[in-house]
Amino acid sequence: MRPFRYERTDDVAGAVALLSREPQGAFLGGGTNLVDLMRLDVARPDVLVDVRRLTSDRIEELPDGGVRIGAAVPNSDLAADPLIRTRYPLLSAALLSGASGQLRNLATTGGNLLQRTRCVYFQNVTTGCNKRQPGSGCSAIDGYHRELGILGISPACVATHPSDMAVAMVALEAVVHTLGPNGERSIPVAELHRLPGQDPEHDTVLEHGELITAIDLPPLPDGVRARYRKVRDRASYAFALVSVAAILDVADGMVRDVRIALGGVAHKPWRARIAEDALRGGPVSEERFRQAAEAELAEADPLPGNAFKVPLARNTIVRTLLDLAGPDLGGMAPPPASPDAPDPSGPDPNAAERGLDPNAPPAAAAGAAPPQDRTQPRHAAPPEEAEQPQEATRPQEATPPQDRAQPRHAAQPQDPGAAQPPNNPGAQPQGGPAIDPAIMDPEMESGPEPSGPPA
Amino acid sequence: MTVTARAMGEVIDRIDGPDKVRGVARYAFEQPLDHPAYLYPVQSTIARGRIIGIDCRSASSTPGVLMVLNQYNAPRTNIPAGQGELNILQSDRVAFRNQFVAGVIAETSEIARHAASLVRLEYQEEPHDVELHGDRDDFWVPSAASAQFPMELDKGDVDAVLTSAPVRLDRVYTTARQYHNPLEPHTTAALWSEDGLTLYVSTQGVSGIRDVVTALFGLDPGRVRVVSSNVGGAFGSKVHANPDVVLTLLAARMVPNRPVKFALTRQQMFSQAGYRPPTVQRLQIGAERDGRIMAFSHSSTSATSKLVEYAEHCTRPTATIYAAPNLRTRQLVTSLDVPTPCIMRAPGDCPGMFAIECAMDELAVECGIDPIELRIRNEPEIHPASGLPFSSRNLIGCLQEGAQRFDWEHRDPKPRARNELGWLVGTGVAASTYHALQQSGSMATIRADPDGRYTVLIAAADMGTGTWTALTQVAADALGVPVGSVDLRIGDTAYPNASSAGGSSGIASWGAVICEAAGQLRDRLGRGGSIPRQGLEVTARMPENRYASQYALHSFGAQFAEVRVNAETGEVRVPRLLGVFAAGRIVNPKTARSQLLGGMTMGLSMALHEEGVLDPRFGHVVNQDLATYHVSSNADVGDVEVHCLDEDDPYVNPMGTKGVGELGIVGTAAAIANAVYHATGVRIRDLPITLDKLVAW
Repeated sequence: MRPFRYERTDDVAGAVALLSREPQGAFLGGGTNLVDLMRLDVARPDVLVDVRRLTSDRIEELPDGGVRIGAAVPNSDLAADPLIRTRYPLLSAALLSGASGQLRNLATTGGNLLQRTRCVYFQNVTTGCNKRQPGSGCSAIDGYHRELGILGISPACVATHPSDMAVAMVALEAVVHTLGPNGERSIPVAELHRLPGQDPEHDTVLEHGELITAIDLPPLPDGVRARYRKVRDRASYAFALVSVAAILDVADGMVRDVRIALGGVAHKPWRARIAEDALRGGPVSEERFRQAAEAELAEADPLPGNAFKVPLARNTIVRTLLDLAGPDLGGMAPPPASPDAPDPSGPDPNAAERGLDPNAPPAAAAGAAPPQDRTQPRHAAPPEEAEQPQEATRPQEATPPQDRAQPRHAAQPQDPGAAQPPNNPGAQPQGGPAIDPAIMDPEMESGPEPSGPPA
Repeated sequence: MTVTARAMGEVIDRIDGPDKVRGVARYAFEQPLDHPAYLYPVQSTIARGRIIGIDCRSASSTPGVLMVLNQYNAPRTNIPAGQGELNILQSDRVAFRNQFVAGVIAETSEIARHAASLVRLEYQEEPHDVELHGDRDDFWVPSAASAQFPMELDKGDVDAVLTSAPVRLDRVYTTARQYHNPLEPHTTAALWSEDGLTLYVSTQGVSGIRDVVTALFGLDPGRVRVVSSNVGGAFGSKVHANPDVVLTLLAARMVPNRPVKFALTRQQMFSQAGYRPPTVQRLQIGAERDGRIMAFSHSSTSATSKLVEYAEHCTRPTATIYAAPNLRTRQLVTSLDVPTPCIMRAPGDCPGMFAIECAMDELAVECGIDPIELRIRNEPEIHPASGLPFSSRNLIGCLQEGAQRFDWEHRDPKPRARNELGWLVGTGVAASTYHALQQSGSMATIRADPDGRYTVLIAAADMGTGTWTALTQVAADALGVPVGSVDLRIGDTAYPNASSAGGSSGIASWGAVICEAAGQLRDRLGRGGSIPRQGLEVTARMPENRYASQYALHSFGAQFAEVRVNAETGEVRVPRLLGVFAAGRIVNPKTARSQLLGGMTMGLSMALHEEGVLDPRFGHVVNQDLATYHVSSNADVGDVEVHCLDEDDPYVNPMGTKGVGELGIVGTAAAIANAVYHATGVRIRDLPITLDKLVAW
């Protein structure tokens, strides 16, 4: 590890100003990735500006029914937060499928988005890597690339972004707020990460010195179902070979809306817009799910060692959508069967881990902890893999999040006229069956670049 | 002499447990030494060639750096025969990528590590050769291990029967490069002073380390002390001195009177600490339609380094496990420009039995016979190769007990017949075996004090296995006193010489010599005699086991696995493992269960996860950390049940024990692979069984 200076500032603006003057410096969040890379000599900052105490570590409700997550919120707290578990169980499931409890305790929300690829050549300074050292060549393309990308890759880089959380956030159409040398801006998470192109050394569109301060989650429409399904080489503590974050809104057998984001397949969390477009407005069927997945993956350009990811991604997309569509279509029945608990009636593979938590539900039901279960303290490890399809609960103005006595479907719609942050396209709360055109219309998703600070 | 069991067979909590739980048990790196310096290595970035230049200026001038050690200034060493990997900083040759080519000694480990990154080496690179494949033409019959068991067996006319048998099977199985990865990395602290050399090291045998060190540096054994009180796992990787020990000694010699500490990083564990080499094995079986084996042929190839001949002896169990009137084994090895492999939990037998037991499952399918019945039909009456009777053999008992516990009777043999909520369910079985080894050369001292306390001194090792506890139980019974009266001291060359903790031989070897010493002590005390006021001390040498030449000494077991394979993604889960073992007397059922359960878990990990991926362009293993080299996590391990049969074996040693450290890993991977076939109808012959081999295309 090279010698470096360690700096703290009084506020975010000071940190941004300081780092802007330090071209070789870096922000330090939880350090779970950066410090490892410094030990390996992959990251060589000469100054670390500690931002852990600067950005918010709180999770707050927004007036529109969305939620704002401070960039310093630890992954563990975010996953366990009652608001998140109630309204965005997809995000909780994604977080809990990543890393280990110890790492999640330390890793921050902002830092999670900015973690680097785990490509073995990127992490080894004795081998060429265009991301680590531009122009040194990609060792992975003709080497070991089993876990690397199949979509949006370039001859310069086939790395994948390793985050689970970011995949869920892309499906949730989350927006990051930043403060940089040129002021504040807001960026949809889907546009935060780049494709590698010819300059894979840049993971994201952030400028040097630009700091993520918060992430906003827009409210989800009423009645949609969401699921995070992660497929990996072992049952826990491994990066995704393929993961799928899917949100499905079905009415009368027709897909009113659908959002699909893929992890483990690209340099960024991959929004599967081709598949979404193929499905939206059409009838729900396994065949159509399959066609949509295949249409998305027609763009795939796999390498010899990761060609299996194409059928794996297709199968996982189809199964996730089927499970969301319900048992009529051959989805899992009963739906709460967690795919990582292969024997619903048998021993729970995570029993030991859960056994550490005195408030955890009994093993047989642990894989399917209902959202009503809110007895856990905030810092207790919630059960991993609670990734059964769940309906997001609507925000309830009069009900504190801790109170889960009310049935999930009894939520009151919010006042549709409530103020909405200008930077939340597609985030308008819905009352009744009406569909927000912003969600229905993919054009608006990638529409005008949101700007300005949140309200 | 046979010892009457009183403490043996009792569940006793680990004697060393409370200290470890409280964090006060000291490991080698944690020895509180005065003002230590720290070492960090520089590793080669070529796989073969010569060092033609080294620039240490930047590293040497870094504040806090004491010295940059390299081939020019390092002390000269002798190289003991057959240990070429210890030839550290003695020449300009590079024999594998990541070889130690320099080292930095500094005031802190951080400075040492940083300065090591500043050392610049210039190489003359030569083309390297790092890939093992079956059609190479440079294999030879290994000689180094041939003293322990035959490298080639020929009985009957195998070829003739293989061409004429009613049922014929010819299959190739491969196993992956696997790493021991004990929790505690290899660590050493060395102090070289006028009084001699003191070495704190994480090892499976202090006596062996001392012998190597004295040979390397031409020292008087009396001036070398090696201490290894606690060891955080080893699995074979710490049985010999590794390059890190030598590098630490070279460094310590350069800074006399100052201790030097060195701990390998996890990444360095993938090039400096040995590994189980990949194997390619061919099984040919000719059988009657009723499954009786007529001819059995097993050939195995593996690769070693250019420095040391190590052959993964997969064909060793072949001659033991099943009756075969015509039998052939071939053991071959080649050498590559790679780090040196070494023994790893059940070396040879573990990958060998993977191939054998998968082939037996395939034979059962070919013959339409239940796989347990097939094994019973091929049970030998005497050892098929040596012709000796078995001292005890309960493979059938293990299979039958396991079948009952696992509800094998209700198994539908049809593959791909059970689908539960999208998960294909299957079960499989495999046999386990390991030889009951006793190593020679150990000595033990027992001192009796008039207060009725007995101190037992032996340079044995507890690498986390429970030796401390089990050996105390053995000593108590050998002395005929309660466990609480025995004070066992191990892990220090200040105590009498002992064999290493390898080959599941620890209790059998150290226990036997302790029994011998206890017997002599009791003889000296006489019947009912009291201990003299000045105490009484006896030192005994390891007795010879006269039965070793009259009986075949082996342990056996049967492993059962239930697997679930996701029909769409190919993910494999193992909700249930059962192992039934017959391993003689179980000294401590609790620590023995932990050993067997740990072995099965490691076997599960071998079956599903473990694979060091070597990039042939560079010559190093690219997934060199625990995030990319997967071992089973807690969530991968379901219900693991261990059951031991009562087995009385008066021939193995005075305790009647056979060793349990390795038996548990033998057969697990085959049971899982066989269950995967039963679940899916897909036969995976190449480990690990990852989902890409099973995903629905």
